[in-house]
Amino acid sequence: MPSGYIPILIFLAVAISFPVVAILAAKLIRPAAPSVIKLEAYECGIKAASDSRGRYTVRFYIIAILFVIFDVETIFLFPWAVRYRTLGWFGVAEVAVFLAILIVGYIWAYKKGALEWV
Amino acid sequence: MSQFYTSTDHFTIIPAVMLALFGCAILLFDFLVFPDPRQRKYLLIFVALAEGFTGYALYRQTEWLTANGQTSLTGFGGSVTVDGFGIFFNWIFVIAAMIVAVVSYKYLEISGEHHGEYYGLILFAQSGMYFLATGTDLITLFIGLELMALTFYVMVGFLRTDKRSNEAAIKYLLLGAFSSGFLVYGFSLMYGMAGSTKLAVVAEAIRQRPLWDPVVFLALATTSVGLLFKISAAPFHMWAPDAYEGAPTTVTAYLAVASKAASIAFLLRIFMGPFWSAKEVWEPILSVVAVLTMTVGNLAAINQTNIKRLLAYSSISHAGYMLLGLVAGNDTGINGIAVYVMVYTFMNLGAFLVVVALRRQNIIGEDLDDIAGLMSRSPGYAVLMLIFLLSLAGIPPTAGFLGKYYIFLSLIQTGHFTLAVIGTLYVAVAIYYYFKIVRSMFIRESTEKAPMATSAGLRLALGVSGVLTLAIGVYPEPFLRLAQTSLLR
Repeated sequence: MPSGYIPILIFLAVAISFPVVAILAAKLIRPAAPSVIKLEAYECGIKAASDSRGRYTVRFYIIAILFVIFDVETIFLFPWAVRYRTLGWFGVAEVAVFLAILIVGYIWAYKKGALEWV
Repeated sequence: MSQFYTSTDHFTIIPAVMLALFGCAILLFDFLVFPDPRQRKYLLIFVALAEGFTGYALYRQTEWLTANGQTSLTGFGGSVTVDGFGIFFNWIFVIAAMIVAVVSYKYLEISGEHHGEYYGLILFAQSGMYFLATGTDLITLFIGLELMALTFYVMVGFLRTDKRSNEAAIKYLLLGAFSSGFLVYGFSLMYGMAGSTKLAVVAEAIRQRPLWDPVVFLALATTSVGLLFKISAAPFHMWAPDAYEGAPTTVTAYLAVASKAASIAFLLRIFMGPFWSAKEVWEPILSVVAVLTMTVGNLAAINQTNIKRLLAYSSISHAGYMLLGLVAGNDTGINGIAVYVMVYTFMNLGAFLVVVALRRQNIIGEDLDDIAGLMSRSPGYAVLMLIFLLSLAGIPPTAGFLGKYYIFLSLIQTGHFTLAVIGTLYVAVAIYYYFKIVRSMFIRESTEKAPMATSAGLRLALGVSGVLTLAIGVYPEPFLRLAQTSLLR
């Protein structure tokens, strides 16, 4: 059995027991006095406007997908920047290829009007 | 160069690079150079160029292997291996992609969804297939698989206004993601056993374990679920009829032929590689799966009235025959799978191309009624369809006979007589439902008179598939020699 996994097991046990203990402790200690207002969804103190499971426009998904693309781009660029000297020109070429592919996708999305909020 | 890159590395992936490059070029040229929708057919030139370069690169790889007297060339520290096996399967992808691209233009135009991205997607999917056939690293194989699968999810749902197409895409996406999860779980166990993602290292680690090791068995079981899903073997075949029916027929052809060939290559890489030493364990499992697949495919096909659905079930049963070659597991069997995949490519593409031509303005053209009386309307198409169906059923002198012959021969050589008998019996069932289409074409009266939606590309592609389906059956020697180069050992 690889010993390197023992910390993960301990972490898992703590992660599972923490919410269980917290909820049980609260249940034992707190006085039970429910009211209508207390059971409402909490939204910054303002009265909730509507149910959160309503339908909303598909454009949000496009923005989210574009966001993920650029997010992943930076995640890849950071390790390259840290190891820039070791990787040398090989790293530059690899990142150039990676960015070129992303830029093609970006131009495509731009031309298709994915960035416009109609 | 540097420690991360040797001079032969680029040589091992150049076909995939070509495909991705031209795929990107298509995305840009689509609106920068050809803004008019009517000009989109010129994007075919890019597909042709991409396939030309890919073919040339494959040819150079073969030449390099013969010139240096080696059987394989590895790149990127063993992640990619170019060998006869990979090159053989890649030729199949090149032919399938080219034929599908050539016939798509008219079909998509009629469906009102002719977009430039379609041709790009074909090439992107193919670059994923390249890595499925040549990858020898778990991560490379998985990324290749996802690249191919994700592209296909989009292509299946390409008819945006068609409910069936949308439904098919969602079904395929959800089930595909689920099966990929199983596959990755199996991969993680393999990595856990070997401490490496290289197939060769994993194979060594499995060889050193006892035969019925529980971890090996779990890895085998979960990996098999993912692989069998991709080749649409029962009981993981549920997605195939719906996806095949809902997708645009051209995409169905590509899905049924290229995607299945790539998945078979992937399956062989895994079973002939890491799991080869555990053959005693998976042989009975795969026998059961193969028989079940042939049963489900052949029996469910009998009642279908939609030609695409019928062909989908028929393609499920063909997956069963291919698995039988792996169950036999000797050289004849593995070689038989290669022959079968090659033969299956041409005959199945051909059959779907005829269905493509049935799609006309205001006529969906997928039911058995739509093909009724085809002989009196367009005898050329009817005769070609007859050849493809005879071949699919496996009747000599067509190519399909040859494929089945080698599979059954290998089963008899290795003493799997029961499996050979069951396989032969199901051929009889297959003849029944293929001849439902033939009867519809030749005996029944035509219901509508609209001419076939034909184009020069479609006629050319049909001609090539028809000639090759007959040629492989009548004079198989050069094709068999080609398939011999694909032996994986």
